[in-house]
Amino acid sequence: MDDLYREIIIDRYKNPVYKGSLDPHDISFEDDNPLCGDHIRIDLRIGEEGRVTEALFDGHGCAISQASADLLLESIQGKTIEEIKSIGKQDILDMLALELGPVRLKCALLSLKVLKAGVYGLGEASDDLVE
Amino acid sequence: MKLNDNITNFNVNLVREDFPILKRQIKTGVPLVYLDSAATSQKPDVVIQAMNDFYHYSNANIHRGIHELAEESTALYESAREKVAGFINSPSARQVIFTRNTTESLNLIAYTWAREFLKPGDVIILTEMEHHSNLVPWQILASQRQIRLEFIPINDNGLLDLESYQHLLKLEPKLVSFTHMSNVLGTINPAAQMIESAHQAGALTILDAAQSVPHFPMDVQKLNVDFMAFSSHKMCGPTGIGVLYGKKEILDKMPPFMGGGDMIKRVQLRNFVPNDLPHKFEAGTPAIAEAVGFGAAVDYLEKVGMVTIAAHEHKLVSYAIERLEEIPGVRLIGPSAENRGGVASFTLEGVHPHDISQILNSDGIAVRAGHHCAQPLHEKFGIPATTRASFYLYNTTEEVDKLVEALYKVKHVFGI
Repeated sequence: MDDLYREIIIDRYKNPVYKGSLDPHDISFEDDNPLCGDHIRIDLRIGEEGRVTEALFDGHGCAISQASADLLLESIQGKTIEEIKSIGKQDILDMLALELGPVRLKCALLSLKVLKAGVYGLGEASDDLVE
Repeated sequence: MKLNDNITNFNVNLVREDFPILKRQIKTGVPLVYLDSAATSQKPDVVIQAMNDFYHYSNANIHRGIHELAEESTALYESAREKVAGFINSPSARQVIFTRNTTESLNLIAYTWAREFLKPGDVIILTEMEHHSNLVPWQILASQRQIRLEFIPINDNGLLDLESYQHLLKLEPKLVSFTHMSNVLGTINPAAQMIESAHQAGALTILDAAQSVPHFPMDVQKLNVDFMAFSSHKMCGPTGIGVLYGKKEILDKMPPFMGGGDMIKRVQLRNFVPNDLPHKFEAGTPAIAEAVGFGAAVDYLEKVGMVTIAAHEHKLVSYAIERLEEIPGVRLIGPSAENRGGVASFTLEGVHPHDISQILNSDGIAVRAGHHCAQPLHEKFGIPATTRASFYLYNTTEEVDKLVEALYKVKHVFGI
């Protein structure tokens, strides 16, 4: 527990840096975690050379899901779409520096699932995106 | 609900001795505090032992075979049915159909009775506090057969709005299906009164008793209910077996559910004659060892006494409400203890239930976090999720105290 609720997680949960919405945006996608009702929407603006110039998320949920979204968006500033497509489950776990059981893993990966469904231009997010 | 204060001879510490899992430590020095019995109950040693004994000494398939083991297994399976019938005061054991669980029992009615007897435009009344298992089968039916679904609203106190129910009955529904006790709010609905009103309006009734049969005395004849569904695993028995009770004249008229062995009297290449009750609805080899365990669970609950269990849980939930309400930022949902079973769901301002549950886990406390398979109910109260503590015969007021202490720890971690 002490590990899970390290200061950075609580801090990013209570004071997210990348929370908000972008209008207009180039890419927007949202999804829920049906198990617990966590919800995340991510808006992206893509500049020249196809790099992310701005990324914000909005939503509600547990500290793990919200902090993970904030950290993920921080990590993709200036990244290309191709680079975002290559982000995987382990990258998120490394970023959070956490080992998570199967239930909490879904919380941690919700933002990545939303982000990837958005950049792939999919109609539905699926768990395959974050394997 | 009126309860005799019949718990003077009840010793919760002796009851706890019967449940091996309650000796478990979640980590060294941190004992398990199991407050998730509304999801599934723990099992006493007599139940685990009965299933072990079955596999050690008696195991065979049932209703066929003339050898000793087959006879013995059949007798054990059927005696479990007799015990369950007695437990709910069913007029006959033939009206107790073994299914996998409450969900399958409710689906059975939706797939057989409803598809045979309902026409497009017919009305089914449900409530806003239903578990998904008493919601989705009817949604599937409604979309396939153009059935109209109507819902009895919940008021802010977590009680059904019975005045609205009376108005809905003017739609001449064919069926009223509702939960006896909400798995989230703990609300105990006035089943007898609601069933009587439904009958006066010409509707049949289904009682989802998954949360009630395990916790207080049940009498299907007194309730005069047409169908009732519940699960073994929430009442000290194993998973994988549940019950559909039905009135005989209704069950007799229903077409079979799944086809296969045991549900037939005779089979020819192009047709079959269905078997008598209850076998008509029990196709294939059933969960035999689980039925034996279920029978042992019923014996166990009867030995402790359902009135005693209900009184003990009433004491626990009253105490839990009082203690939880002391904590700044905690909001309980659901009615006062008087109309409530052993369930307390709450939110804590500023902390998501998942995080609460995780931090409680570090103190060995098992609660449930989420929407508890009742998403529309949570939407009604404008909250995405709750944390739920639920109680059973083996819980103690000391465990409620541990829950409260741990919630203060959660507040500390989140700096609130």
